[in-house]
Amino acid sequence: MEEIYIPLNKVNVGQTCIIKELKVTGKQRRRLLDLGFIKDTQVKVIRKSPLGDPTAYLIRKSLVALRKEEASNVLVEIISD
Amino acid sequence: MGLTCKSCKRKAILDIYNIVKANPNQMLVALAGNPNTGKSTIFNELTGLKQHTGNWPGKTVTNARGYFKNKDKEFILVDLPGTYSLFPNSVEEEVARDFICFGNPDVTVIVVDATCLERNLNLVLQILEITDNAILCVNLLDEAKRKKIQVDLDRLSVELGIPVVGTIARDKKGLKNLKDAIYDVCVKKIIPQPKKITYPKEIEDELQKLIPMITPLITNKINPRWIALRMLDGDIKILERISQNSYCKGACNHG
Ligand SMILES: Nc1nc2c(ncn2[C@@H]2O[C@H](COP(=O)(O)OP(=O)(O)OP(=O)(O)O)[C@@H](O)[C@H]2O)c(=O)[nH]1
Ligand SMILES: [Mg+2]
Repeated sequence: MEEIYIPLNKVNVGQTCIIKELKVTGKQRRRLLDLGFIKDTQVKVIRKSPLGDPTAYLIRKSLVALRKEEASNVLVEIISD
Repeated sequence: MGLTCKSCKRKAILDIYNIVKANPNQMLVALAGNPNTGKSTIFNELTGLKQHTGNWPGKTVTNARGYFKNKDKEFILVDLPGTYSLFPNSVEEEVARDFICFGNPDVTVIVVDATCLERNLNLVLQILEITDNAILCVNLLDEAKRKKIQVDLDRLSVELGIPVVGTIARDKKGLKNLKDAIYDVCVKKIIPQPKKITYPKEIEDELQKLIPMITPLITNKINPRWIALRMLDGDIKILERISQNSYCKGACNHG
């Protein structure tokens, strides 16, 4: 059965997920990797700014803000609510 | 007054390249690290200057320069803007990257936040790909203690192959050790030997082909392996920067 992953920007506040895949290459991919968005890493969605963008994520013990377009390139699997 | 115009920032970078040592007893030291790890606090403590500090990232936007003495040497200390990576996404990050790559510091002190080492180590490994002459300064040890995080400094030093100093810069703790480590690396009493990252065979094979071609073209200050890696990345900007700044001997583009 094929696994279905969802883009990180669709994950709700409070949920925790595991990074499965980065959909981008080149500079954008490098940027995500530098921020710690690496396959198999756990990410928790902490809060969305009032306008819904950007969103703050807890990753590797630090808080990182990603814009919707950036987060949509990170495919994840939700592991807990 | 902040530097907002891109070309002004660029000028600030060029300015910093032109650091001329007054005499051979002067050593050039760079303070690098992620945003908000206490670089400017350390800078102020060591130099007696008053760089802007505060608890949010991105305060230091250009390079500040100060001086301090230890034993028989004088040190020129350069406070760099915080950066998460040497693959810059802003002009501030570019300033930091360029100084570490091309400013030719005698030693680069990498200041990391003891409460989130894992994240900070990304930059550490990137810097160690460019230069061997680095010291790790694990700052905010008080915060780590408060959060019940223990950092094994000796083990880190063994794993990374470079000197590691623990500090609580805000309380002026550990700074004497830091100064002494800087001294020891500058006078080559300690020679850091960072563990190198080995890439998969297909990449290493390409590197082995490129490095001998690159080496004769550049001045010995820039690490040819690092340039070869950037060529494989297809990072055209960095290659342009290298030739622009005449870090290479003669024309690079007929090779
Ligand atoms: N608790 C604690 N706070 C520290 C320590 N060192 C620095 N700080 C505080 O951390 C904050 C950031 O320090 P800065 O020196 O401005 O950090 P920076 O690395 O220069 O930051 P950028 O220039 O923005 O990258 C300040 O509020 C400092 O007072 C420390 O060892 N312990
Ligand atoms: Mg600063």
